[in-house]
Amino acid sequence: MTDNVDRSKRRLLLAATSAAGGVAAAGMATPFVMSFMPSERAKAAGAPVEVDISAIEPGTMKVVEWQGKPVWVVRRTPEMLDLLAKHDGELTDPTGAIPQQPDYCNNVNRSIKPEIFVVVGICTHLGCSPSYRPELAPADLGANWGGGWFCPCHGSRFDMSARVYQGSPAPTNMIVPPHQYLSETVLLIGDDTKKGAA
Amino acid sequence: MKLLKNMLGWVDERFPVIETWEYHLSKYYAPKNFNFWYFFGSLALLVLVIQIVSGIFLTMSYKPDALLAFASVEYIMRDVQSGWLIRYIHSTGASMFFVVVYLHMFRGMIYGSYRKPRELLWIIGVVIYLALMAEAFLGYLLPWGQMSFWGAQVIVNLFSSVPFVGNELSVLIRGDFVISDATLNRFFALHVIAVPLALAGLVFVHLVALHHVGSNNPDGIEIKKNKDANGIPLDGIPFFPYMVVKDIVAVVLFFIVFCAIVFFAPDMGGYFIEANNFVPANPMQTPAHIAPVWYFTPYYAILRAVPPMFGSQFPGVIAMGISAIAVVFLPWLDRGKVKSIRYRGPIYKAFLASFVISFIGLGYLGVMPVTPTYTLISQVLSVVYFAFFILMPWYTKIDKCKPEPDRVTFK
Repeated sequence: MTDNVDRSKRRLLLAATSAAGGVAAAGMATPFVMSFMPSERAKAAGAPVEVDISAIEPGTMKVVEWQGKPVWVVRRTPEMLDLLAKHDGELTDPTGAIPQQPDYCNNVNRSIKPEIFVVVGICTHLGCSPSYRPELAPADLGANWGGGWFCPCHGSRFDMSARVYQGSPAPTNMIVPPHQYLSETVLLIGDDTKKGAA
Repeated sequence: MKLLKNMLGWVDERFPVIETWEYHLSKYYAPKNFNFWYFFGSLALLVLVIQIVSGIFLTMSYKPDALLAFASVEYIMRDVQSGWLIRYIHSTGASMFFVVVYLHMFRGMIYGSYRKPRELLWIIGVVIYLALMAEAFLGYLLPWGQMSFWGAQVIVNLFSSVPFVGNELSVLIRGDFVISDATLNRFFALHVIAVPLALAGLVFVHLVALHHVGSNNPDGIEIKKNKDANGIPLDGIPFFPYMVVKDIVAVVLFFIVFCAIVFFAPDMGGYFIEANNFVPANPMQTPAHIAPVWYFTPYYAILRAVPPMFGSQFPGVIAMGISAIAVVFLPWLDRGKVKSIRYRGPIYKAFLASFVISFIGLGYLGVMPVTPTYTLISQVLSVVYFAFFILMPWYTKIDKCKPEPDRVTFK
């Protein structure tokens, strides 16, 4: 009996069946992997949010939630703005070469209006939310600290435009979200397509 | 009695009860010179059972829902009869699992239990360790406290640093663009069924592999080399009842420690359950000081020690990943003529000591806040940690070993 076996044919059939079986298995795996992706409901949750900025005192910030993430709206003082231009040499990306901001915010202050700064409050290292440390030269951050954010998780340092200092574990500046002014005091975060002449 | 014997006979004709019992217990010959280091394998099995049993009962009162999870854990703690005890058993069990497994792995290192013919046994063990880390990480999200949330945020973001596909990968893991209800729900599913099932299977394979090659011993020599006329190792004694009785002593001692923690210090000063985890998860605010649970801190310190390169923190993630799995390469890194530390020379002992110091030192630094000094020390210790592995082929080869005995030493 064994002498009559066509081994090459048997090998071919075995390979063909295995390949077909493999394709079927991959096909079966697809719906399960798909179910791991964000649901339609999760995708729909990224609606823009409106923020009233009139109550924000100079030097303080307001936290709003957008897409489940904290977004900071800061009203910077003139002193803070003055300091921004003075430490370019200590920053990883002072000019915003890496597009972590919309084009209309790619300027010295990383903002539309110089004093109002909008940024997603998530560290670009591993996603913690840095602490707001506007004071100058506090004991724990050193004499050179000119105000900004300090990430408690891994020690990344950001200036008042959320630009990362060299030597931080965070590789890039924090992300400025798309936003626009609906009026002098109302900001829309998450949408920058102009609605009429606002 | 006769009836019982008949029943056993009936079953044995259809399922190899007696054969299995003999192969794995009453005729499994373990070296007679086992010392206390050999407690930890059995204890790991015990903790696995504790975790599965306490976990099943927690599942009955827990709700895997971002809106309900935190409150349901408080409900377990305050309202469920004995719920606090079951939860503390589970949380203490998680930390004790790592205590026992780290000691078990260290035993394997000092006595060369990873050497031929036990390489595969060792690899299966490392896979169990990785599954255990996954299990612990997934479970830590479930109480939905601040540390749960931000710990998961950091770990999932490690995956987003993978070049090109990182962002998609982290979205795939979370099932959302941020840690959310979808993440909690799937972590629950993985924590209560997927990983435990894999763990049970891996532990079974680990034991089958162990009983096939036989246990190593503190002398690092093979007891199967010296057999009597019946083919039984001269230096072996049956696992049942002798080793079982020995292990019962360990179980009693273990439970004394375990109960002391459960009843008197269930949060272990913030190391077993971190204080911030008694605050509900708040995606808007990271706690001022976050650190992983103690058993992850050595690797976490290595992650923090590596600076970003080429505008990416992927190198740090890679270093952390390699540090966690480095032990898997030991069977091929070790070129020593002897297996056990008892017959090793001073160079190996010095490197092993520096490895232990770096592991504990990194573990300590991993819970401390970031300062330039601590970062520098972490970097030095990370180098020491990796040097233990990278230089191993060299220093184990040149080291002056003592001669191994023919038979195990036993007083």
